[in-house]
Amino acid sequence: MSEFALKTSLPTYLQDWQATIAGYAAEAGLDFFPTVFEILTYDQMNEIAAYGGFPNRYPHWRFGMEYERLAKSYEYGLSKIYEMVINNNPSYAYLLEGNSLTDQKLVMAHVFAHVDFFKNNYCFRSTDLDTGGHTTNPGARPAAYDPNRRWIDKMANHGARLRRHVELLGVNRVEEFVDHCLSLENLVDPHAAFSGRRVPVDPDATEKAEEVPRLRAKDYMESFINPEEFLEEQKQKIQERKERAKKFPEHAERDVLRFLLDHAPLERWERDVLEVVREEALYFIPQMQTKIMNEGWATYWHSKLMTEKILDASEIIDYADNAAGVLATSGGRLNPYKLGVELYRNIEERWDKGQFGKEWEECDDLDDKRNWNLRLGLGKKKIKEVRALYSDVTFIDEFLTPDFCRDHKLFSFSWSNRNERFEIESREFKQIKEKLLFQLTNAGSPFIYVEDGNFENRGELLLRHDHQGMDLRTDYAKEVMRSLARVWKRPVNVTTIVEGKATVLRYDGKEHSSRAGGAPPGRPG
Amino acid sequence: MSLKIDQDHSRFRAIVRGKIRENLKKYISHGELLGRKGKDLVSIPIPQIDIPRFRYGDKQQGGAGQGDGDVGDPVGGDGEEGGEGKQAGSDAGEHSLEVDVSLDELASILGEELELPDIQDKGKSKLINAKDRYTGVRRVGPESLRHFRRTYREALKRQISMGAYSPDSPVVVPIPDDKRYRSWKTEAEPVANAVIIYMMDVSGSMGDEQKEIVRIESFWIDAWLQRQYKGLESRYIIHDAVAREVDRDTFFHTRESGGTMISSAYKLCNTLIDDHYPPEEWNIYPFHFSDGDNWSMDDTLSCVDLMKQKLLPRVNMFAYGQVESPYGSGQFIKDLRDHFGKDDRVVTSEIRDKDAIVGSIKDFLGKGK
Repeated sequence: MSEFALKTSLPTYLQDWQATIAGYAAEAGLDFFPTVFEILTYDQMNEIAAYGGFPNRYPHWRFGMEYERLAKSYEYGLSKIYEMVINNNPSYAYLLEGNSLTDQKLVMAHVFAHVDFFKNNYCFRSTDLDTGGHTTNPGARPAAYDPNRRWIDKMANHGARLRRHVELLGVNRVEEFVDHCLSLENLVDPHAAFSGRRVPVDPDATEKAEEVPRLRAKDYMESFINPEEFLEEQKQKIQERKERAKKFPEHAERDVLRFLLDHAPLERWERDVLEVVREEALYFIPQMQTKIMNEGWATYWHSKLMTEKILDASEIIDYADNAAGVLATSGGRLNPYKLGVELYRNIEERWDKGQFGKEWEECDDLDDKRNWNLRLGLGKKKIKEVRALYSDVTFIDEFLTPDFCRDHKLFSFSWSNRNERFEIESREFKQIKEKLLFQLTNAGSPFIYVEDGNFENRGELLLRHDHQGMDLRTDYAKEVMRSLARVWKRPVNVTTIVEGKATVLRYDGKEHSSRAGGAPPGRPG
Repeated sequence: MSLKIDQDHSRFRAIVRGKIRENLKKYISHGELLGRKGKDLVSIPIPQIDIPRFRYGDKQQGGAGQGDGDVGDPVGGDGEEGGEGKQAGSDAGEHSLEVDVSLDELASILGEELELPDIQDKGKSKLINAKDRYTGVRRVGPESLRHFRRTYREALKRQISMGAYSPDSPVVVPIPDDKRYRSWKTEAEPVANAVIIYMMDVSGSMGDEQKEIVRIESFWIDAWLQRQYKGLESRYIIHDAVAREVDRDTFFHTRESGGTMISSAYKLCNTLIDDHYPPEEWNIYPFHFSDGDNWSMDDTLSCVDLMKQKLLPRVNMFAYGQVESPYGSGQFIKDLRDHFGKDDRVVTSEIRDKDAIVGSIKDFLGKGK
């Protein structure tokens, strides 16, 4: 390990460049955590990338799978990883040994913008830790913002915890349970950190009889001031409230993993594993929520810093060659780098020229619109505000415009049953935006809620799939229910809609079944 | 250098090979060892295990994309992430990755992995052809070989660094110093021809799995020898109690029943060589695959006799691969080893299962003959 640590520090000429580029970035107004660069050989790079950027994770085969994929792609010359940076304070970033100096400079500029994004975007505040290594309330941000984000240590601790279980229980048993937990990984509330501390329910609290309060009145006035019907109504309300409190969970619970941690009859080590999986899942959520914004931001700044400050004339062609590769779209796929950077530039231009607000929206004259320029120069300020306060969903929702879709040839596609292939469905703004938002919402996963932890009074688990026009993939759903039953240790039910019919899927620990059944009326989530 | 990932990686490999965690095997998405075989490209699927999650059916979803095309045009289907991959961290890998490599490259990879030596020609055909290959770029050369793109690039670089380039009127004029020309190397290529004669036992005891092994193995042998010899021919012989020559497709898909007389195949092989492949001009590689069950000791002896008298003096190497089947006795390989144990023209190899294929390719081709 020490050998590894020694060999990865930057050579002096790159250290000099790091200082220079950090200076340019700060001058341009970027505000980033201290950043440590390390230089890696390609197999070290592949290893670290397989671990999601962390030098130390818990043991699991899927990291090995990822490694094989990366290593093979590199060996066959399909792709290589230029750059990697992790959301940590201080941030760590990795450079690939043997890249040209131009590439290394580009990567550094790119990285500083990423780190600025990690530090300033609101989504990432859910990864702030307190001294005990728990996530903190992200609502409060002190003036000198220097949060504890020592996730490298935390992930390494997770590794140590799981390794200890492996030593005691054997690798197969632990790994199998980890696999089950990973099947449930996406059943968390992505906004968990923002919903505040939950008040723990005291299970020992005894029920007190509650009486409807009466207004004081003289005897003969009693039936007028406290009429019988009203009292009855109030009684009913109290009753209802109590019923609801008995229901379990009280409200439909989005954070299925949290619910399982709190209420499933888990052994100590199982709870530990589930906790690790949940925490790591939550850590990666901001990155999924801001993929387009984050990459777009980094691309915006590296291109700005490189072309305005860093490059000398002899490097410009190599740089342009590389940049073109990064921004290329192939096979009709959306490239988050491209989409992001173009949107930022679009916003900057619009706010520089004052192309926003009521007057702009209401202007019908195309010529006027084309030449609209109020010379406000608000662009820089606006994009900085955007990078702090938006996530991909709100970013697209607010700033994607019909003009932008047309200029950048966006389209929506869907599966054609007739031709057995994906086909371009439309170039209409509304449909493109709809598809794009659907893809981004909840990271493209279905919404699942815990509806009842004591279903039909038999201790069974009832989940509800909030059907939004798309069915679940059934073979996968069945496997996930197996995992749920393994954790809950009682039968598991899921209400959903299959091909237009309300259906309850059930797994009783031995076999799967399904029956038609009304989904229970949706309760506010 | 050992990496921390090694442990996880070998665990993954073990799962893929089905050694541990049988229940995970069903999520492994990979086809055969060679996925689809296009014109010159093969795709090698890299196995991926999908962790099941609640998610939408793939085809319902659709999405948004970018690029040219009218409504109703197909969207570039199964392409994977583009060439210059950068990645931020935790993309869920949804598709299994397929790597396209050309046959030639594949053979080099195989050669490197197995440390196969280049084949020494028997020395019978000393004819050498000179061939030019364009391999690089240089500063002088005939105008007809001017490399336009490189020349343009040089000129552009020079103009930019001199400040003579203006984006408004992007005129780029090369001066003689900018010019770049293709350059070539002359390589000597032996004009050697080779023929592989595949023989396979198709008697009742050879099951589908055994044939699959033979098919994969012969593919790799083809790929390697193709690289070594320009003109490579393949002939196919199947046999049970009698032998006949068939085409490639029939070779891999025939299933007969009945007894096994290996000598019948060797006789036919001998006739083929007599009629078509004079050993002065051809490098000859007979490969025989069977489960090692022969009709009688007499027949085995006549095989040995045929090999000694007729085949061995004329071939580069005689290869015998024995696949394991539940029915075969596996005696034949022992007989061969008894008779030819010291003769390095005969190579024998036992192939227990698909995992053993790589090892047996090394057995066959590792001698460089």
